[in-house]
Amino acid sequence: MEIKVCIGSSCHLRGSYDVIEKLKALIAENNLSEKVVLKASFCLGRCGTGVTVVSDGDDFWENATPDTIEQLFAEKVLARV
Amino acid sequence: MDRVFDTKVQLLKYKAIKAVIERAYSGKLDMALYEIPKEIVPGPKSDMRCCIYKERAVIEERVRMAMGGDKDNPNVIETLPVACDECPMESYFVTPACRGCINHKCMEVCPKGAISMQGKHAVIDSEKCIECGKCAKSCPYGAIIELTRPCVKACKIGALKISDEKTAQIDNDKCVMCGACVYACPFGAIVDKSYVLECVDILKEAEKSGRKVYAIIAPAIVSQFKYAKIEQIVEGIKKLGFHQVIETAMGADITLGKEMEELKERDKMTTSCCPSFVMYIERHFPKLVPYISTTPSPMVEAASLIKRTSPDSKVVFIGPCASKKHEYKLEKTNGAVDCVISFEELQAFLDARGIDVSTLPESPLNNASKYGRIFAKSGGISQGVKDLKDKYGLGDKEVCPLALNGLEQIRLAMLRLNAGKLPENFLEGMACEGGCLNGPLCLSHGDKNIVDVDKYGDQAKEKDIAATLTMYEMTKSLEEGGNL
Repeated sequence: MEIKVCIGSSCHLRGSYDVIEKLKALIAENNLSEKVVLKASFCLGRCGTGVTVVSDGDDFWENATPDTIEQLFAEKVLARV
Repeated sequence: MDRVFDTKVQLLKYKAIKAVIERAYSGKLDMALYEIPKEIVPGPKSDMRCCIYKERAVIEERVRMAMGGDKDNPNVIETLPVACDECPMESYFVTPACRGCINHKCMEVCPKGAISMQGKHAVIDSEKCIECGKCAKSCPYGAIIELTRPCVKACKIGALKISDEKTAQIDNDKCVMCGACVYACPFGAIVDKSYVLECVDILKEAEKSGRKVYAIIAPAIVSQFKYAKIEQIVEGIKKLGFHQVIETAMGADITLGKEMEELKERDKMTTSCCPSFVMYIERHFPKLVPYISTTPSPMVEAASLIKRTSPDSKVVFIGPCASKKHEYKLEKTNGAVDCVISFEELQAFLDARGIDVSTLPESPLNNASKYGRIFAKSGGISQGVKDLKDKYGLGDKEVCPLALNGLEQIRLAMLRLNAGKLPENFLEGMACEGGCLNGPLCLSHGDKNIVDVDKYGDQAKEKDIAATLTMYEMTKSLEEGGNL
């Protein structure tokens, strides 16, 4: 599974660097580094909402913020791998 | 749309570049050299030169420069002999303000007896004059003035010569492409080559192929567009066809982090951000080359990071700098940057495409830390090293930065370094006085620019370079096939 986090200006202002740090920690805690690839991208074209996080190319995570990312990780990643 | 420039020469250059871009889009580039001069100088009266035909000949040269200039000349700065007014060369000159006084101190102070009174007017014998300037200082009427060619005066490193035809001539072996002469010449006879047509080609190809083209903008941009907000400029640049606008200051964060790492291992080093500073050492003090930092410049770091996250993309740097137009083509940059254009050219580009940024919505710009952003001013890098040295493990090391502001200070410091008499160990060099915010290709030059840059630094979300360095490490590990 590939997770992309936007590090463009809008998302950076909403905390994308914190989201990345938390995702890195979550991947490590759950021993998923073999199965999950975390990437950064400049602008995923959804500057209006959240920190843009997308898995497997087209599954956009709703309302990702440093506060919600753990919950989303459970739903989108832990439930599936 | 009338634009406000610091000088009328800039306005003329802008008009030529704008016309070339318009034609690149309308497919009428082949007649550019013939038609644009007539559009810009319609006649019948001339107001700049002897006649409209000379004015048009000069504009034709400007159009040629706007289209890339002489491909066989490795220098990004060229003289336009037809535009050079062949300014008089005598260095001290007695003006009619001379009263032919009784004291004539000028004669007394002249160590070479070069001044005589002819009638009631002092006259300088240029054969005897050694250009010491004592006469000018002594005259109570201020009637003696120094006449130096503005280009020669602006070039602090002696790269500007006068040809046998009395026109300005650049010594390519000495020139470091800082562009000071470009801004200084009141006739606009020295001009930087423009690569806007390459930029247009990149954007046109991207429109067809769907390729992403990123603009990386130099932090000095915040002081440039006085009639619009930086967020509107970002939106305007996107409207030109760029996918995203990223701060070059993000690359400066990385450069700062790497230079601090480097300093841990080294006794003494220079910065490598300013290509003219690097070139100055290479061309004038080759023995000091080992002192030059091996860290890539912020422009190259920012572009490399973007290409790691988006491998098929292209990157265009937009800045105030003439020598970046040279740097991006150097082998050591590994093709990270695909084109370089200036703030002047950006203004021409926006206007050629009919984009009035002052009416646009705002698009955020926030990729870099405070420290990356203040790289634009002289002393900015030194401040970063001073503030962050403890945090980045330089606590035990004596770090003594010295900010060299402009080529004259650089020259004197390199002489001392060469003689082993420079105690400081971190030498920040910027060829332009004041730093990039006073770059030769700025739209606006002025003291207030530093206020804008500091304010912009304080507005950064990140107060430290740590976040950018994390991002750097992440993208680096991806390149090596690893996980983040």
